[in-house]
Parts: sequence; C-alpha cells; structure tokens
Amino acid sequence: MPATTMSKTQREQGHARVFDLSEHSLRELNQALHKLAPGSNETAWEVLNPKGSHSVAVGVDQPVSIDVRGSVGYYCAGMNDGAAITVHGSAGPGVGENMMSGSIVIKGDASQYAGATGRGGLLVIEGNASSRCGISMKGIDIVVHGNIGHMSAFMAQSGNLVVLGDAGDALGDSIYEARLFVRGKVESLGADCIAKEMRPEHIELVQGLLDKAGVTGVKASEFKRYGSARKLYNFNIDNADAY
Amino acid sequence: MTYRNPPTTPRKSATFDDYTLSEIRRAAATGIYDIRGAGAKRKLPHFDDLLFLGASISRYPLEGYRERCDTSVVLGSRHARKPIELKIPITIAGMSFGSLSGPAKEALGRGATLSGTSTTTGDGGMTEEERGHSKQLVYQYLPSRYGMNPRDLRRADAIEVVVGQGAKPGGGGMLLGQKISDRVAEMRTLPKGIDQRSASRHPDWTGPDDLEIKILELREITDWEKPIYVKVGGARPYYDTALAVKAGADVVVVDGMQGGTAATQEVFIENVGQPTLACIRPAVQALQDLGMHRKVQLIVSGGIRNGADVAKALALGVDAVSIGTAALVALGDNDPRWEAEYNALGSTAGAYDDWHEGRDPAGITTQDPELMKRVDPIAAGRRLANYLKVMTLEAQTIARACGKNSLHNLEPEDLVALSIEAAAMAGVPLAGTNWIPGRNGF
Repeated sequence: MPATTMSKTQREQGHARVFDLSEHSLRELNQALHKLAPGSNETAWEVLNPKGSHSVAVGVDQPVSIDVRGSVGYYCAGMNDGAAITVHGSAGPGVGENMMSGSIVIKGDASQYAGATGRGGLLVIEGNASSRCGISMKGIDIVVHGNIGHMSAFMAQSGNLVVLGDAGDALGDSIYEARLFVRGKVESLGADCIAKEMRPEHIELVQGLLDKAGVTGVKASEFKRYGSARKLYNFNIDNADAY
Repeated sequence: MTYRNPPTTPRKSATFDDYTLSEIRRAAATGIYDIRGAGAKRKLPHFDDLLFLGASISRYPLEGYRERCDTSVVLGSRHARKPIELKIPITIAGMSFGSLSGPAKEALGRGATLSGTSTTTGDGGMTEEERGHSKQLVYQYLPSRYGMNPRDLRRADAIEVVVGQGAKPGGGGMLLGQKISDRVAEMRTLPKGIDQRSASRHPDWTGPDDLEIKILELREITDWEKPIYVKVGGARPYYDTALAVKAGADVVVVDGMQGGTAATQEVFIENVGQPTLACIRPAVQALQDLGMHRKVQLIVSGGIRNGADVAKALALGVDAVSIGTAALVALGDNDPRWEAEYNALGSTAGAYDDWHEGRDPAGITTQDPELMKRVDPIAAGRRLANYLKVMTLEAQTIARACGKNSLHNLEPEDLVALSIEAAAMAGVPLAGTNWIPGRNGF
C-alpha cells in the first residue's frame, strides 16, 4: 500500500501519534521511534513544527508511516529501514542518506546529496533536487519530478535514478552499475557516463518506478537512459586524461 | 713508461640514488605511478629522537614488579552514554576486510580482545569474523560508505568518522581488481574484478559545520550511546583537532605519515602529510587551548613500534596510540620464513609492500583462499596479544623509572630530544640544554 495513503487514512481516523517538535526535543522523537517494537500498533506518526530541524526521524527500522508537517534540515530520514516517511515541505541536504528500505516522499524540493549512498527503498522528490542527487547510490531507487543539479549520481554504484525534468553538469561522473533515466535535457555527462539504448526491460522498469512514485501522464518511453561505459573500471594509463 | 693519472672512485649521485634511478626506469617502462602500501619509508624525525630522563635525586622511581602502574584508559566520556574502557592504551587501527583477509581480521580481533583493547573495521564494512571476535569494535564511517548500515552502527562499540589517514591525507582508498573477490564485491556493491577507487571526500558533508550535523545524525541513530571518533591524517593537526572538537567529537585520532596504508601512490605516501612526532604537540595544544585536554581523548598513530614509543606519545599528552603495520608484523607479515616467495615477487622479507596485489606470501593482505590459509587466527591472535603485552610492560617499565604510577602521568618534562628538529616538533629541550626551539622567541 502506498505510504501516503496509509497515513492519511489513519490520520483521518485519529490514530496517528502526534509529536510536536516545539514541545518535545528531537532526541525524544527519535528515541520514541527507535523504541517501537516489531508489530507495534503505533504505525502512524505525525511530526509537527520541524522548522528545519536536522536528523528528523533518522534510523527508523519499523514499517510505520511518518508525516512530517513542514520543512526539515539535514539528513531527514537518514538510514531509514522500512518506514514510509513523507515530508510535507522541503528537505535540506542528505535527505534519506543511506536508506536501506521503505519509502521517503518529499512534497517540496530537496537540497544537495538527496539519497546519498542509499542501498534500497524508494525516494520520491516531487519538486527539484539540488546537486549530487543520488551520489554514491548503492541500490536505492530515486524519482525526481523536477530537475536535478550538477554532479548527480557521482560514483553511483547501483540502483535507479529517474528524472522527469533536466539534469545539470557532469551527470553520472565515474558511474559504476547504477542506471540513470532523464526525460529532459542533460547539461553534460561526467567521465565514463554515456547515453544508452532504452530496451523494453528499461521501459518496464521506468514505468514501474513512475507508478510507484505516483507519477501520471508521463510515458516511460519519453526517457533516455545513461550508464557506465565501463572504460575506467580497470586502470589504463591511456585513459588518464578522462580523470 | 707512461704515467697514468690516478683515477677517481666512481661516485653515485646523492640526488639520483639507486632507488631514484630504478623508479625513473620503472616509470618509463610502464607509464604508471608506483602503488604500494606500508606508509612512509623515508627517514623522519621520530620517537627515536626523544629520550626519557628517568629518576634522579629530585624524582624517585617506583619499584618494578611491585608498585602498580596503571595502563587503563576511558575513551568517549564527553558525550557517549557507553564510553569504551580499555585495559591498555594501545588500540588496533582501521584496516579493511578486502585489504586484509578474513582470518587476518579475525586474528586482530582475537589479539585485541585478549589484551583488553579495541580493534577497528576499515573501508569495506563490518565482517562477522571481526565482530564475533572483537569485544570492543570501532566501526569506521568512511567516504565510500561500503557496507554501511544502521544495524552494524548499532552493534559497534564506537564510531570513527574517517576524514583522512596519515599515509595519504586527501586521498581515497584503492583496491585493485585482483582483490575484489565475490565476497568483497558483494560487501562493497561493486562488480567483481574492477579496480576500485574509494572517494576521498564524504558524499554528504563538507567542512566543519556539516561535520557537526553529521555527528548529530550518527548520535541520534545510535541513541547517543556510542563514542564518536574523528580520524584525520597528519595535515593540520592543530586546526583539525580544534575543528573536530567543535564538531562534537568524543575522541580525535591523528594519524602521522608513517601510518601504513593498503595502497596508494608512492609519491603521495612519501610527500604528503607530516610525521607523527610533528603532529602530537599541535594536537595536544589545541585540546589544551580549548580546555578539552583529557576530556576529549587524543589517539595518535603512525610508526608506533614498542613500549618506548607508547610512553613517549603519552608523555607528550596523548591518551592512547593505535598500531596497524606493527600489528600486521605481529600476525606474521614480512616474516623471513617466506623469504623465497618474497624473492619470487621481486622483494625481500622486511621490504614487501605490494599489499594491494593480493599475493602476500604471509596470507594477510590477500583474498586468495590458499594463501589466507597460512594465517591461523588463533595462533596469530595470540602473537598479537603477546606483542601488545610486551609493549605495555615496556611502557610501564619506563613510567616507573620516571616515578609515575600511571602511564598517563608521564609528561613532557620527562623527555629531552636528541636533535634540534625533534626538540622543536615535540616541544621538549634539546638534550644537555634548556633550549626548546621555537619557544620564547628562540
């Protein structure tokens, strides 16, 4: 079940546990989330007044839904492992860094390093993402409705980055096996990153991610695929100019 | 009879010595820089350039074997709810699984645990071998984030945010394809057999202000339980220490240029960073200026070999030292018993430093299943424990001779230097004088 639907339903039924950061500390919030036992009935959480706080809902490891009402600072939902976290605002640097599983939805924009080193799960940014989106990604899926900044997917190892808008300079520099799909213009490609053919399995993959991210009215066939030329995988002195 | 002028003896250049000439020929033949491990090999001002004064009429010694000389140290008491308590002030430095074999990592864990000290993961994630056999395990948080996950963060005993290492401040890791086995590849989320270049910068923070926020995140994820170390290479020890303290570190680790490394360019190892001896006093001074000396602990590493080195480092104000190369030697690295095989690799026991090539005859820096069988983790762990015990006894011997009932009571006043350079770096008088170069305008 998509995360946002579950939390909305539960909230309407008045079941969500509300945590107001203007009354309680960040420490209390994260501690309460970490104390959740497997199978807990406290499956829906709402965080009020984040006001740009850093490290909101980090290290959550239970399949709960968390709605954050407002914008957050650095590393919101860092290392998320199974929770469905929605930020009803914008997110500062490193949102969802090193996510293991679960989902994160940012209703606004995201700053630099969104989804950095993420290993699994789905990160959806409904606005734009800044530079280094998906840097060093290791298995995460990222869907950005808007544009992404320069140096995105730098050293990206694994996973999928889907961008409905444009990408900035040096996309996929030193990329390993991650797959990048961009619908708009790519300012430039980084070292060892090349355009690749969209085969049927890629269309299917992108369509699946668009569906999971709640994107409608956009066809997977409108995207171009980028990935590694694999020329820098083993050092060769004649490639030194590429570094 | 013709007269011949007396010939001069053939003279080799000090600048273009045999090693330099061989390196020029090697570079010309291959077109690639030399990569190796083992840290700086050039002669550097070091602990050998310091001496303890010992007892005299005004300082009386403690009895060896009778009077207690404490060696314990607590790391991470500033913020962590569960600081690390070590029986000895000598820890095992970070070395990756991937760089080292599984049995070697296990042996390090066994030896450290027998000795009541900690060991450290490396740029390859946490393995069961080392978690299972290390009572106290420091989990490194590196730019590559290979194998990083919240579960391992929580089962670590401390977290070390690695900004740099002494052998290559500003350089990332390098693991060549022949060491990327299936298991190493899986742990690092990389294709098998590629030359893997770790990042030199963290992917999601830059600078001291971001570091403070990153440390907050790690503390929040681990519920403020774990000590958080910040490790820097010996680049700008005064400012790096001060900034790490400002960012919230519980422990600062300063690694001098003699610190070994899995692999990097020879030119980098020998020409970037400062010697360990030159790093200590600026780091201690930074802590003292901030009123944080002994509150934020300082660990120093890079070229620590014996109990005298430990005692000298502690006398200069550090709380603990860390060993890497010496620990590998204790496990069996560069042992003359493998001389024939070192020769076959174009090296000799004591000089072998191509740890990155994965052909280590001692079975330590390899992923070759046959070679790694040469490391018996139980026996090698015992050797490491023996070595740590000897170092500790040596340091205690010196401390007692200086009249100290704890290694941490050693002080700069107990030391003199044998060279002007060492005197200036360590901030202790040149032997036979009361002159500390650089102090009081001289």
